[in-house]
Amino acid sequence: MTTAATPLNQNIYQVRNLVQTYENRRVLEIEALDILAGEVLALVGPSGAGKSTLLRLLNFLEAPTQGRIIYQGSEFNTSGDMSLEKRRSVTTVFQRPMLLERTVYENVAFGLRLRGQRDSKDRIAAALEEVGLANIARQRARTLSGGEAQRVALARAMVLEPDVLLLDEPTANLDPYNVGLIEAIARRLNQNHGTTLVLVTHNVFQAHRLADRVCFLLEGKLIETGPVQEFFDQPRDPRTHAFVNGEMVY
Amino acid sequence: MIAEFNEIVLLSLQVTGIALFFSTLIGIPVGVAMGMARFPGRKLVVALLYTGMGFPPVVVGLFVYLLLSRSGPLGSLGLSWMAQLFTPGAMIIAQTVISFPLVAGFTMAAVMGVDPAVRQQVMALGATSRQAALTILSEARIGVIVSIIAGFGGIISEVGAVMLVGGNIEGRTRVLTTAIVLETRKGNFDLALALGGVLLGITFIANLAMLRLQGKSFDR
Repeated sequence: MTTAATPLNQNIYQVRNLVQTYENRRVLEIEALDILAGEVLALVGPSGAGKSTLLRLLNFLEAPTQGRIIYQGSEFNTSGDMSLEKRRSVTTVFQRPMLLERTVYENVAFGLRLRGQRDSKDRIAAALEEVGLANIARQRARTLSGGEAQRVALARAMVLEPDVLLLDEPTANLDPYNVGLIEAIARRLNQNHGTTLVLVTHNVFQAHRLADRVCFLLEGKLIETGPVQEFFDQPRDPRTHAFVNGEMVY
Repeated sequence: MIAEFNEIVLLSLQVTGIALFFSTLIGIPVGVAMGMARFPGRKLVVALLYTGMGFPPVVVGLFVYLLLSRSGPLGSLGLSWMAQLFTPGAMIIAQTVISFPLVAGFTMAAVMGVDPAVRQQVMALGATSRQAALTILSEARIGVIVSIIAGFGGIISEVGAVMLVGGNIEGRTRVLTTAIVLETRKGNFDLALALGGVLLGITFIANLAMLRLQGKSFDR
């Protein structure tokens, strides 16, 4: 857990001079960004701002073109190396749940099986209970509705008790009921377990509801970072002001 | 007569079974690697694999014949453990060469058919590269079973290569397909038809067994 690995409110991530380029196109360029253990950080910005790219880098899924990320004291750089133990303390719930062709229970158990933890029935049952899907544990995962599938994806991540949970537009295209459920689960996870949450969203209302701090990205660059209230009430950069007020044309 | 018949059926199953075992053992890992890896020259390797899938069995038989003949590169080495021409060993080599590209090619296509985002999700859940490859293989299992069925179908019914490298020797290398050819030429149509019926039956039962392996996924 976060509290054991990195004390709350200390830097769990330090991003420095990070550049990501795809086929000579620079999609991300961040000079400095610190993420605190136990906080909820929202990354907001229009489509193509580099939010999901940053999330993949924070989950060590791809190596940066330049720069480094210090995570719990270990450096992740262009070599793409990060210890399995550290890698397994971070996980992501993507916009598409990407459930496997198995039952709901087996999907939730999947990450634990990867770690060789086969005797975790109680944890899996508790996670399914938490997302309100204990009654359909034996159902094939691919028969679920979009909201149910995303809740399974969340349970699959939660059961791993990660230090950091990355959420990539987890409620996009979901109905208000499921949005509310997922937000409540995320909030509980942060408050009860101290899990650091990094949430990618282009829904400023969601960022306002969930986040402690907000980062605004535009065209791959970090424009502004600040505490949630300050970010929405007194944005320093005119581009942030335009985005927050829905006036930005992109 | 019955004993000879049984011997032919048994040898057919042995040769095809062993060849399928080896081609699956090599073909599935190669197919998974080709489906997941990105490297320079991959297109060329894929083109070669696809060419192998359409390779005429009789040409494969010719190559294996030349390789194993006494003046060929392998036969001239005089290695005691190397399969000799006109033995079941030579037939197994030829059939392995025929079915390998089928198994590898269809497995590759099945793996490529799995959404790349699945691999990203699996890695995000903490999989090692090996665990991710096995998970992708599991997700592509229907296609992988199809690859084995294709490999099996390609060799159980094959006649040209086994005739060339096996020689259709009674009691030694005669299998169902070569026996059918021989009996038809002799005018023993009843026996040829009976052998044909057995061949069809074996193919049907083997495919049913493989469909069972696909499990419930097939019905969804």
